[in-house]
Amino acid sequence: MPVDDVCVVIRSDADVVAARSMGRSLAERYGFGTTDVTMIATAISELARNILKYAHEGEIVLETVERDSRGGVSVVARDDGPGIADVGLAMQDGFSTANSLGLGLPGTRRLMDEFEIVSSPGSGTVITAIKWLR
Amino acid sequence: MPVPILKQGDCLIASIQSALTDADLLDLRDELAERVGRYRSKGVIIDVTVLDVLDSFASRTLRMMAEMIRLRGAETVIVGIQPEVAFSMVQLGLSLDGVTTVLDLEEGLAHLDRSRRARVAHAGG
Repeated sequence: MPVDDVCVVIRSDADVVAARSMGRSLAERYGFGTTDVTMIATAISELARNILKYAHEGEIVLETVERDSRGGVSVVARDDGPGIADVGLAMQDGFSTANSLGLGLPGTRRLMDEFEIVSSPGSGTVITAIKWLR
Repeated sequence: MPVPILKQGDCLIASIQSALTDADLLDLRDELAERVGRYRSKGVIIDVTVLDVLDSFASRTLRMMAEMIRLRGAETVIVGIQPEVAFSMVQLGLSLDGVTTVLDLEEGLAHLDRSRRARVAHAGG
C-alpha cells in the first residue's frame, strides 16, 4: 500500500514528539507490527534528539522503500551541524561528545535493520536507517 | 500538556495522559519533588501506560525523578511500561536501574502498601 512521505523540521523538543508520532503512523499504515513500530518510533526519537543536541536544527524524512521485493520504512536524519569527525568512534557504545548517555547511535542502530552515516567535520550529518517488513 | 497528579492518602499518583515533550517531563519532575514536601507523601506512582516511546532522555529523567523523590523521603514506583516499549529500551541499551518498576497501577499501590506496613511495623517494633 503506498504511503505518503513525510518531512519533519526539527527545531524544538515538540518536533521530536511530532516526528516520532508521524513515524509511528506511517509504519502502522505500512503494515508493521506493534513491536517494530515502537522500535522505529524510538529510533526516530533518538535521531531527532541528536539533531537538536549537536546541530540545533535539521530534518527527519520518513518514507517507504522497496528493494528486492521487500518493503520497509526509511528514516533519514539530516542536519548542517558540526558533523562527526570519527564515525567509527561515534558508533562505539559509550562514546559521546555532548555528555549524554553516549548510547545514541549504536543503540539506534540495534533498533533498525540498516544504518548508514555520512558525515565529516563542517559538512553536516546524514543518517539513513531502514527497517524491513518481515 | 501538564500531567495530572492525584493525591491518595500518603501517595501521589502521576497519571501521564499523552505523549510528553522533554519540557513536560521536566515540569513533572519539579512538580513531584515539590508536592512530596507539600503533602508529606511517602510514595509516588508514575503511570507511563500511555507512553509509546521511552527514549534515552525519558529514561534518564525518570531515573533522576526517582532519585530526587527518594532524597525528599518518598519512594517512587513506575508502572505500566508496555512490552514493546520494554523491548525497545533493552535494544537501545537503556535501563531504569535503582528504580522500582511494577506491572500496573494496582501492583504499584500494593507495593506502596507493603512499604507502608513495613514502616509501621518497624516503628511499632
